[in-house]
Amino acid sequence: MLILECPYCGVKADETELHPGGEAHLKRFGPESSDEEFEAYLFERKNRKGVHFERWRHVYGCGKWFHAARATDTLEVFGTYSAQTNAPPDDLIKKIKQKRPDFGGYE
Amino acid sequence: MSTRIPNKGRFLNRAAPVSFSFNGRTYGGYQGDTLASALLANDLMLVGRSFKYHRPRGIVASGAEEPNALVNLGQGARFEPNQRTTTTELFEGLTARSQNHWPSLEFDVGAVNGLFSRFFSAGFYYKTFMFPRWAWKHLFEPVIRQSAGLGQVPDPDLKDADTYEHFHAFCDVLVIGGGVAGLQSALAAGEAGARVILLEQTAHWGGRAPVDGVEINGKPAEIWINNAVECLENMANVTIVRRCMGAGVYDHGYALGYERLSDHDPTVKGPRHRLWRIRAAQIIAATGAIERPLAFAGNDIPGVMLASAVRDYLENWGVMVGQRTVIVTNNDDAYRTALALKRAGGAVPAVLDARNHVTSPLAEEVRALGIPVLEGRAIARVKGGKRVRGVGVCLQNSAGAAQEEIKCDCIAMSGGWSPVVHLWSHCGGKLLWDAAQSCFRPDPSRPPLGADGKGFVKTAGAASGEFDTNSTLQDADKAGKNAVKEVGITPTGKSAPKAPQPEQAPLQPVWIMPDKATVDLRMKMWLDYQNDVKVTDVQLAAKEGYESVEHTKRYTTLGMATDQGKLSNINGLAVLSDALGRPVPQVGTTTFRPPYTPISFGAIAGEARGDIFQPLKTTPMQVWHEENGADWEPVGQWRRPYCYRRSGETRDLAVIREVKATRSGIGLLDASTLGKIMVRGPDAGRFLDMLYTNMMSSLKPGRCRYGLMCSENGFLMDDGVVARLDETTFLCHTTTGGADRIHAHMEEWLQTEWWDWQVYTANLTEQFAQIGVVGPKARAVLEKLGGLDVGRDALPFMAWREGVLAGFDVRLYRISFSGELSYEIAVPAGQGRALWDLIWDAGQEFGITPYGTEALHVMRAEKGFIMIGDETDGTVIPQDLGLNWAISRKKPDYIGKRAQQRSFMQNPARWKLVGLETPDGSVLPDGAYALAEGTNENGQRAMQGRVTSTYYSPTLGRGIALGLVLHGPDRMGEELEFGLLDQSTRIARIVDPVFYDKDGEKQNV
Repeated sequence: MLILECPYCGVKADETELHPGGEAHLKRFGPESSDEEFEAYLFERKNRKGVHFERWRHVYGCGKWFHAARATDTLEVFGTYSAQTNAPPDDLIKKIKQKRPDFGGYE
Repeated sequence: MSTRIPNKGRFLNRAAPVSFSFNGRTYGGYQGDTLASALLANDLMLVGRSFKYHRPRGIVASGAEEPNALVNLGQGARFEPNQRTTTTELFEGLTARSQNHWPSLEFDVGAVNGLFSRFFSAGFYYKTFMFPRWAWKHLFEPVIRQSAGLGQVPDPDLKDADTYEHFHAFCDVLVIGGGVAGLQSALAAGEAGARVILLEQTAHWGGRAPVDGVEINGKPAEIWINNAVECLENMANVTIVRRCMGAGVYDHGYALGYERLSDHDPTVKGPRHRLWRIRAAQIIAATGAIERPLAFAGNDIPGVMLASAVRDYLENWGVMVGQRTVIVTNNDDAYRTALALKRAGGAVPAVLDARNHVTSPLAEEVRALGIPVLEGRAIARVKGGKRVRGVGVCLQNSAGAAQEEIKCDCIAMSGGWSPVVHLWSHCGGKLLWDAAQSCFRPDPSRPPLGADGKGFVKTAGAASGEFDTNSTLQDADKAGKNAVKEVGITPTGKSAPKAPQPEQAPLQPVWIMPDKATVDLRMKMWLDYQNDVKVTDVQLAAKEGYESVEHTKRYTTLGMATDQGKLSNINGLAVLSDALGRPVPQVGTTTFRPPYTPISFGAIAGEARGDIFQPLKTTPMQVWHEENGADWEPVGQWRRPYCYRRSGETRDLAVIREVKATRSGIGLLDASTLGKIMVRGPDAGRFLDMLYTNMMSSLKPGRCRYGLMCSENGFLMDDGVVARLDETTFLCHTTTGGADRIHAHMEEWLQTEWWDWQVYTANLTEQFAQIGVVGPKARAVLEKLGGLDVGRDALPFMAWREGVLAGFDVRLYRISFSGELSYEIAVPAGQGRALWDLIWDAGQEFGITPYGTEALHVMRAEKGFIMIGDETDGTVIPQDLGLNWAISRKKPDYIGKRAQQRSFMQNPARWKLVGLETPDGSVLPDGAYALAEGTNENGQRAMQGRVTSTYYSPTLGRGIALGLVLHGPDRMGEELEFGLLDQSTRIARIVDPVFYDKDGEKQNV
């Protein structure tokens, strides 16, 4: 059972307090988009083995959504950060690159 | 003959005799016995029958690894099947019954299966019962269900009479296992000042060390153990718990402990089991090792036992299992059993050692007592049926031709020891093959990883593969010290105690005995006692192409069921690796999954049962409903009155009466459960324009609008009336079950997509009581109450007003889900009941009638209004339901808009909402499908629609239904054939979905 630190309220939350929300940093495509763009936005996910950026909600806590960088193979958590951003913070990316030199970025 | 002897039995309190019942007869034991030791003390060697062949089975082990001696324990509401006698502590009045036999343990009809064992080989389930197809349902399954399965299912009508609880605990170091290794690890961590929890699954500290006659710091182990326990008890930072098994290790340092508080003594008050939910920074698995059986012909006959278990019963419980015990081994440890038996007065006619030259100190000690050590020898075959009578002895390096026979009534076997690596492996710890000891041991360089990417589990002592007590203590000390270092605490400079032991000769791997055994011998060599898997079964599986150990497990059932192969796994996979011609580490192990041994469902559920399994939400009017005949139905986390039954009235009649009363006079509805979400801020209108399919930003304060909400995938997910309270504030009503979900949906979009929009949301569902006053006489009742002008012009349809009604501050909404003149009155929840009572009293002269959810459903269906969950099922878009009028064409975007533009959604050949009427006025069955010509690609009858809502309409006096039908709105008047479950069909005609007051005149008066 995972522990993730909620970046809003600072609580180290048990997985049972949290609600998972899938891949982070998706770009929304609306009515003007092509079929391919919309399909990719709605259905296609990276499903990476390794470093993964994902959304969580501290649902039985402060109620806030946040993002986490986590390794899907070892369950190592590199950090959590605000959901109100389009990209992971630079210092987090730097930290992940130090730990995993082959990390190719979040995109 | 198995007997109790004096002067032995360190766990027994001989001053406290205890009586218990086994298969209906009463026997005696002592306080401190396990059920297993008490059975053995009463010479009850035959304690069960095996799963498949119903062979006689006796006790093999002395602890959690026992595969055979499972019993049905207790009676009535405390009955439990599959309880291990070896871990069941004896108490006065204990009642046990043996399992897997019919009609009796001594005489079992199913044993005839043994004669047909050729037909029950590996994968027999998959091979034997294939054809003919009909026989499955009528022949095979009933017979298999009767004879298969372990134990008996408890009476489903009886509720578990005991209580259970959960504990949440946090610590720096969790030590699992209270043998000498666990104690030393806990001491090392505790003395350094770390918060430590130490769990021991049995009632006793110290594990095997006292039984093995070990000396620690020059004194008997027991003295050191007692001292260590006392030290730990006196440390405020250490918690030690007996009868508490470390059941599982999970991600990020989570672990479960399973404490049995009163199983050993039913007079203990309080919960029976306690589930410890522990978060530990570091976990030390000091879980010891389990001795392996040897595979020789007849190794399942009662009287064949692990050498360590024979020693345990002697030293711990004073039971001499056999008068003449033959030892068979491939290692030195079993010699300890020979010594213990001989010194206690037992006869040991021989030690059969598969190794050729054995001159280690333990062997010399045995020889010095006059016990013959036969080297390079094996058991060819065990003589006996329900009890061992003797062994045929052959050379290990032979095909099994017996050279001599030795009479004996017990065989103590040892195939070496396997570390208990379960807890290390649960969360991904990897293993190494230790060729010298023929076992898998934890690979310290590949531990389970925690949130920080570092290992969080260590092993200590025998669990690490350190079988010698001195190295066990060194290893455990190091594990404790390293664990505290990981949490930033400096360990003490103390060193581990010393326990020098004589050198042992290396073990010789022996997977079958003898080496070149013929097939008739291999057919009688059991690997897995619990599932009746033999050497030949695993060899056959390999021959048939099962190369993966996981597949072989499923195919042969090796290592399945309650013991999960604690005794059989290593032997089984060694036989498999030999058959495949690949080394053991290449074949690998099956996956170790928690729990270590079965834990009770009661412990998992804890307090969450009965009324608090899922606490109910109640409205302020709940008590009134209860007092007025409410017949409840679950809706989300609420219970709502389905109808209010008068005495002698059926549900159906009550619903008819409620609908008629509402349509002709006045009805009263508790609508408090509807979701009420306030959305406020400068961008609130813009936000709701994205959430709803229609335009909400153009709604005027004081007005209400019905709105539809879709998922980003385009499907309709909720509906309800939105009221604009002021320029920046909206109140969104949701379905009863949707309040939390829709609030979460709003928050998700606000927080993760449009976080720069200035909007707040608040779920006010339970802050307000809401009362529906419905029917032609509704206005008269409200006017009688006095206050707000509720006239047609002052409060027109789809308007709302704030003001005083009957002295209460209310919000009054003129909205209707019934098609009648209708008001919904919202007051703060605390005043809901008072206002309800006032309306009730005022309405008496008008014949006011409370109505429930079913009348509500009937009336909305009469009006052709859709219901989320009936007309929608997650694949329906608003356009399917004729709701295009509620979809804005002006808005550039809303959630779901792009999805609804997809070709599949635009396809004219979608099923669309229509009304359905039977010619004879009968009610169509819910969910019935409209049949079409031909078949689909699966060869099933083609369909062209289905019934989504169906009711008897009291207003129209006949059945009405709503349904989704292919091209439905274009096919008015056409008749469809609906298929029923009994293969018959019913005809219904496609009609307009609005059955009543199509122009909406009644709600608009």
